[in-house]
Amino acid sequence: MRLTDEERAMLAGKAGPARQWAIEHQMRVGRYLGAVDFVPVSQAHIMADTESLGVAGVEWLERLAALPEPERRVRIPTITDPRGTDFAAAARLKHQDWMLALERRAIAAFQSLGVLMTDTCINYQTIMPAVLGEHMAYGDTGVVIYANSVLGARSNFEGGPSALAAGLTGRTPRYGYHLLEKRRATLKLCIDDTPSELHEWGALGGVVGRIAGDYWQVPALVGIDRVPTSDELKHFGAALASHGSVALFHMVGVTPEADHAVDPTLAVTATITAADLAAFQAAYRADLDKVDVVVFSSPQLSLVELRDVADLLDGCRATIPLLVVTSPQVKPDADRLGITARIEAAGGLVLSGMCFYQSYAREMAEANGWQTLVTPSAKLVNILGGYGYRPALLSMQECVEAACTGRIGG
Amino acid sequence: MTLFHAEAAMGRRVQGRALVAKDGFSARYDLDRARGVFSRPEHRLAGQSYLGRILVLDAAKGGVATAWMLHEMAARGVMPAALVLNRVNPIMVQGAALADFTMLSGFDVDITAMVPDGALVEVDPEADPPCLRVLVVP
Repeated sequence: MRLTDEERAMLAGKAGPARQWAIEHQMRVGRYLGAVDFVPVSQAHIMADTESLGVAGVEWLERLAALPEPERRVRIPTITDPRGTDFAAAARLKHQDWMLALERRAIAAFQSLGVLMTDTCINYQTIMPAVLGEHMAYGDTGVVIYANSVLGARSNFEGGPSALAAGLTGRTPRYGYHLLEKRRATLKLCIDDTPSELHEWGALGGVVGRIAGDYWQVPALVGIDRVPTSDELKHFGAALASHGSVALFHMVGVTPEADHAVDPTLAVTATITAADLAAFQAAYRADLDKVDVVVFSSPQLSLVELRDVADLLDGCRATIPLLVVTSPQVKPDADRLGITARIEAAGGLVLSGMCFYQSYAREMAEANGWQTLVTPSAKLVNILGGYGYRPALLSMQECVEAACTGRIGG
Repeated sequence: MTLFHAEAAMGRRVQGRALVAKDGFSARYDLDRARGVFSRPEHRLAGQSYLGRILVLDAAKGGVATAWMLHEMAARGVMPAALVLNRVNPIMVQGAALADFTMLSGFDVDITAMVPDGALVEVDPEADPPCLRVLVVP
């Protein structure tokens, strides 16, 4: 890779061992993926829950955090994805002491590195959204796909180590979606019926993701007949990234690069109908009758989604655990506006700064006896099967009804 | 012996028994890392142990957690010997780089259709070009 004088100095260890590790790591990644140089980035976003880190990962962070301050501090705004617990509700979730201790160690290490503990996967709605053409080193696939597609930012999926490396060096290898030529649509899909509810947008993301199939495909959607909301695009993108490992989509008439990134002569690969979305959803509710837990999460809920959950709960009372997960930025507004109180008065639990699947999902299932789970998140149903759950994808209203009756369909 | 060249590689030369499926790979989505088995019910290798095996799979899938998880699996010694994929995503590369894990990707054939399950194979990222050798077919 072609290096600047500053990059050569980091590689030589003149900026300390943390930055030396960081640029060596980035060069290994860059060489593998064909980068010829680095591109400066203005933010990094680190996914680093302790289930993923493990003890080994936390100890690794602590070694960096023990370096002298000038050598260990990140150079650009560097923020975090959800943590592995909400400390205020850990006992109710039956998170164990060792999990909390590991989380505290990881948080202390990140703070020592100068990382801002935002603990959110909806930073594009709450912290500082990217702007068109801005290069980022974002972690969390849902964050990357939203920033790339809806906002026109340039980012690849940056796993925790690489996002931290970008924070330390202020740059990332220039490959993939930092390159304009890689951002052109590779397949075109026609959407027959524009979804109306959030779980349907997620189902559409899941269907498109399965067709696209891998990271290097850029699907373009035609036929969407209205401008979706931020929450709708959030659910669509999160599911598309989860089911397809896709990092960028274009939506003709909606997203900012569609006009020049979608070749008008590109043939339509497939048409997606309401029946396709129904079939996708049906695959996640077979033989599910009794429900153990209802989860609104993945991505964290916006204030509007929280308000909608509270409205749906009016006049009802949850008879089984109902978990509603949001970000530390949204939670104070929900508290101030009485939304948290309404949800919790109806038997729900509003959680902040975590995400269900990033919070020791397997251990929570074992400790609480949870097997069957319902959610409006098409991303969550894709993940939880491997953790031993039997998940179902339902509308927000059906989820609230399930919380109140303990069953699907009343 | 049959030989397949790859576009990109990292890590060291290793030999082992191939565990093959036309399916994806994500450490978070697909594995029970405590038990060392594929745990996602829909995965074609569900229930099978990956310990010490050379995984030959189609494409990298899922979220970003694999970038940490390969390192965590390596630290406990509960991991595959190597990963061979038709197509990677950046997360697999980043995770392999942190964990110093052997990985090979990018073939001019569907590698999952060319390597018999259970075959003794050698992954050689140090060769030029990097390659996968099928040594013994069961």
